[in-house]
Amino acid sequence: MEYDAVIIGAGMSGLAAGIRLAMFDKRVVVLERHYVWGGLNSFYQFKGRQLDVGLHAMTNYVPRGAKGKPLTRLLKQLRLRHEQLDLHEQSFSLISFPSAKLRFDNDFENLRGEVRRAFPREIDGFDALTREIVAFNELDLDAPQISAREVVRRHIRESLLEDMLFCPLMFYGSAREHDMDWDQFVVMFKSIYMEGFARPQAGVRHVLSLLTNRYRELGGELRLRAGVKRILTRENEAVGVELQSGEIIEADHVLSSAGLVETNKLVNGERGIGVPSMSGHRPEADATGKLSFTETISVLDAPPKTDATIIFFSNRDRFEYRCPDKLCDVDSGVICMPQNFKLPKPIDPLVRITNIANYAKWTALERGDGSSEVLIPSEWKVSGIRSQVSGNGKAIPETRYPIPDTSKTDTYTQAKQNFYEHSVAAVTPAHLPDFRSNVQLVDMFTPRTITHFTGHEGGAVYGSPRKSRTGETGIKGLTIMGTDQGFLGIIGAALSGISMANRWVLKESTASEPIA
Amino acid sequence: MNDAEIKQAIIDIISDIAPDEDTSNLKPDVRLREQMDLDSMDFLDIVMELRKRYGVNVPDTDYMQLATLDSCVNYLRGKLVSKTAKV
Repeated sequence: MEYDAVIIGAGMSGLAAGIRLAMFDKRVVVLERHYVWGGLNSFYQFKGRQLDVGLHAMTNYVPRGAKGKPLTRLLKQLRLRHEQLDLHEQSFSLISFPSAKLRFDNDFENLRGEVRRAFPREIDGFDALTREIVAFNELDLDAPQISAREVVRRHIRESLLEDMLFCPLMFYGSAREHDMDWDQFVVMFKSIYMEGFARPQAGVRHVLSLLTNRYRELGGELRLRAGVKRILTRENEAVGVELQSGEIIEADHVLSSAGLVETNKLVNGERGIGVPSMSGHRPEADATGKLSFTETISVLDAPPKTDATIIFFSNRDRFEYRCPDKLCDVDSGVICMPQNFKLPKPIDPLVRITNIANYAKWTALERGDGSSEVLIPSEWKVSGIRSQVSGNGKAIPETRYPIPDTSKTDTYTQAKQNFYEHSVAAVTPAHLPDFRSNVQLVDMFTPRTITHFTGHEGGAVYGSPRKSRTGETGIKGLTIMGTDQGFLGIIGAALSGISMANRWVLKESTASEPIA
Repeated sequence: MNDAEIKQAIIDIISDIAPDEDTSNLKPDVRLREQMDLDSMDFLDIVMELRKRYGVNVPDTDYMQLATLDSCVNYLRGKLVSKTAKV
């Protein structure tokens, strides 16, 4: 065999798995179909600005030396020092609904205090829920999958609080509409509420440079523009891959971060891989994820007057996390202002707004006039816009601009333009002081962009609602890792690659579980 | 390799695996897990590094022997010698 392992995808999981294998002298190659690494968390240059895609924040933040936490475990496995990540914490984040707001930061006690303030009758339930979460071992890959809504409702009676707690966790990682698997909920709850948000000064570029540099100095090989056409199998055993170019690469192991459905399609012949069965109470005909997103990035000449780092909002008290029947649901989403991390050096002020989007509707649009540029409406340029923060916080955001006509979305270009204006109008001023007169530059990506750059079917950012927790596929030597293995976020994805590389490649030749 | 060298070899491995840990004051007779944040993944790394650096194979039945620095030295004394002798 040419290689001990071929890794499909140079995202966080692929690079982390590559580092582990190269560290122990395995012959390994990471294949990336795109011309840049990063996968779902990548970066690009737009009109002279360095912008990130995907990453709002690194979750799982804990300070140096915190025992037994995912971040600490990741650092050890990749042999990095905490300071090398150059992490800077958030100021605070907000869950902003019409009838209530909850503030949280990297100190869990503050969220608890907010729950007690806003939902005094629920604090005992919240504490009981927290205890159940702390006691749950999310690393047990064989735990049965149960509904998080069911567990949370045993402790939390008010649907508003339930939805508010779910909102950030779903936006940052749920591949399932309206509900989450309990183990995923626990992972996200710990990583967001109990640990926290941070960001390197230089954003995702910094993390990716660390990983690619470490991988290369260990002798790992990274090939860009090397899309995989097929995974080759012989007698139900993976033996390598065929690239789009026709080149054959032989390997003993194939670790795929392409996604469960996508990997299934790459397998040679008609035989599909075994999609892991759910426990039975939620049968799913289609394993392709339904959650896709649009994101608009507005570069400003002055930051909006808020210190919040991230705002998770809904304009309805009943939070709807599902594929909308229109192009986008602008009435819920995430607003990220990276300048509001406690960064040592100032960065260009940005407002990034993420909304749930309908993949089929976006891909059905005609291309339009070929220009994909989103323009800043001329009426935004007027000076002296005042924020009209509503007193009771209950009003649907009012705007002095007309709500754009979203029926005029015949082309992709028009749709982007309309939804940019619409999504901004839906958050100001109810959740964020109006920033429209400060916009200097706009970019926007859609489900179409996501599929183009990540290869995820259906533009599904968080992959399939079905996860292969152990990475097994039914084919010997073929392992799923990354999003569809079920660990989420940058730290989670990297740990997924590490644990799959350990379990299926490195341990193979050593022994079973260490007991020391 | 004498006992001090073996001990240093183990400390070097731990320092590489966990660069954030202070390994300068490890007590030789106290379990490593009690002195540092080491989990089973890290012990797998110690075992793999021993094989990579010194050609020593530690079967899983012997992992308990790596619990403390002293027990590591006792366990590896024979192993490292035999490896050196072969080379």
